[in-house]
Amino acid sequence: MNDLIRMLVEAYGPSGFEDGIREIIRPLVEPHVDEVRVDAMGNLIAFKRAAGGQANPHKVMIAAHMDEIGVMVSHITEKGFLRFTNIGGVFSHTLMGGRVRFEDGTLGVIGSDRIDDRSAIHPLSKHFIDVGATSREDCPVRVGQAANFDRPFEARGRHLTAKSMDDRIGCVVAIEALRHLPADIAHDLYFVFSVQEEVGTRGAEVAANGIMPDVSIALDVTLTGDVPEARPMDVSLGSGPAIKVKDSGMISHPGLVRLMRRRAEEAGITYQMEVLDGGSTDARAMQLAGPGSVAGCISIPCRYVHSPSETVDAEDVAGAVALLVALLTGDMEL
Amino acid sequence: MNELLKQLTEAVGVSGAEKEVRLLIRDLIADHVDEWSVDSMGNLLATRRGTGQYDMRILVDAHMDEVGLLITDIDSGGMLSFVGAGGFDDRALLGKVVQVGPDKITGVIGARAVHLLSNNEYSRTVRTDAMRIDVGAKSEAAAKVKIGDYAAFVTEYEELDGGRTAIGKAFDNRAGCAALVELLRGERYPFDLIASFTVQEEVGLRGAEVAAYNAKADAALVLECTPAYDLPNEKDASPNVALGKGASVYVMDSRTIQDPRLVAHLMATGDARGIRYQVRQPGGGGTNTGAIQRAGAGIPVATLAVPGRYAHTPTMMISLDDYESVVRLADAALRSLTPEIIRRR
Repeated sequence: MNDLIRMLVEAYGPSGFEDGIREIIRPLVEPHVDEVRVDAMGNLIAFKRAAGGQANPHKVMIAAHMDEIGVMVSHITEKGFLRFTNIGGVFSHTLMGGRVRFEDGTLGVIGSDRIDDRSAIHPLSKHFIDVGATSREDCPVRVGQAANFDRPFEARGRHLTAKSMDDRIGCVVAIEALRHLPADIAHDLYFVFSVQEEVGTRGAEVAANGIMPDVSIALDVTLTGDVPEARPMDVSLGSGPAIKVKDSGMISHPGLVRLMRRRAEEAGITYQMEVLDGGSTDARAMQLAGPGSVAGCISIPCRYVHSPSETVDAEDVAGAVALLVALLTGDMEL
Repeated sequence: MNELLKQLTEAVGVSGAEKEVRLLIRDLIADHVDEWSVDSMGNLLATRRGTGQYDMRILVDAHMDEVGLLITDIDSGGMLSFVGAGGFDDRALLGKVVQVGPDKITGVIGARAVHLLSNNEYSRTVRTDAMRIDVGAKSEAAAKVKIGDYAAFVTEYEELDGGRTAIGKAFDNRAGCAALVELLRGERYPFDLIASFTVQEEVGLRGAEVAAYNAKADAALVLECTPAYDLPNEKDASPNVALGKGASVYVMDSRTIQDPRLVAHLMATGDARGIRYQVRQPGGGGTNTGAIQRAGAGIPVATLAVPGRYAHTPTMMISLDDYESVVRLADAALRSLTPEIIRRR
């Protein structure tokens, strides 16, 4: 699975600029589904029809977002340095000395304005990107171009570290589940690789409006409480996929939570329960779209979320795949 | 004198009470569209059928509401309390003349004269809840105003700089409305053009949300007036768009990441036709694209804007060269828009 993870996490795809990552994912899912299409906003929708003879199958939407946080150039100085704004939740203390890469491959190094007070964190606006230009004229980048953070994938035993584990690891779980699903599923499955989650779950909202699912499941990372001085949270790396009960944008459907737990226990999958104090996922958009849907989320615990070194545990990822397969394989009377 | 801009900016249409400007725009376009209607929220929707070359519906939107004031109380002495309808800098209000209610009662947002201020007061910003509109009445009855009436600024349209610069109220977004009226009056496009003159943008993109849901469009272009920030600036920092540098093309604001294919099409059209444009600084702000992009199952969107100084104050300033660039670029980009540009496979 590490080769697949490496391929996805090292790809370019800030929110709004997902064409490249979509073209990587498309051939990976095509062999396993009946139809693949791309909607108006760029969501990749892979449809796997319910096994024959099913009357009125449930429509189940599974969403993992393809986009990642990044930056966009807002101004080029006379000396050719780039000022920039954030795409999604970029923390300014992760910036200094980091590297970004533009779609055309141009690499930039992030520097910061003079620091007079080392106890204060510079805001994003006091950082700049150096692409090696010396003037506006020889700068290879234009205002309005987007870049992602640049960091190679590393496997350290079970711990896997990369930029954009949020949420390429969810995409990996979806792809692996498609590979392992039996042929005769009783539900219509819509695997959606969504766009623009990091700027406000925008892609999943329109995808759900188009699909009108009965049941919605997001696959996304969640925070952990297992590092020094962490905010208390009963989720830790290596303790299995997390079944989301609540985050700041959504309360999961209690029946779907119960069903996830039951399927995990039947299949002998180690899992943990998740109550997340901040943030939300595509599940919120799917729950509220159109006439609403039964929504929940299978989370992959992740340390250092929204930094260039997001870290997950390989066994948690495998567990998330197994849980999703177990959930989709059985009946879904809620 | 640009009579269209004069008529449109001098008309009143505060968010939530757009009837006057809606009737004006209806009269301006009625002879040039195949059908028009007004929806439940008050959006004016019009269709100008295409030549039949492409089976496409393209939505072009301009919000017709303007920021203004809403009367919340009238005291026994005839003074009016108010809140903002849309976003304001309180400092822009004191001493300004307003027109209140459907009868356009003239009033002034009163300010204590500088002679009567203590040093302490002098350095503080007066908040709207401490301001009153004075219509010169001595009693509540004499004020001839009702709670719930709207008030708009009174600024006559004028052209400066030999007619290349204009000042007036409500360029945000009557400049976009004027551009859209011009598009509707031109030659037919190769597709059906759906025009929406929308309400309540300034209070949260509310009109466009329902207009776009009903438009069932294949793509959309929003015409706007975006704040210019091009005043003297010592630092080589991030200015926003500047007056006189052309139509501004949006890439990203806090509500929307514009469709990259349409952004590229706008820029390529500008380059090919020699129409001046500038990229608006990505970052904050938001336009109707935010609502339109996510209406129903999604609509590819882009935004073109006239840069305007002093947005959300009683008097804005725009360059008429920029305005014409917006009209020309919107027209040329629409005429060269093909189904291939927005097709997804």
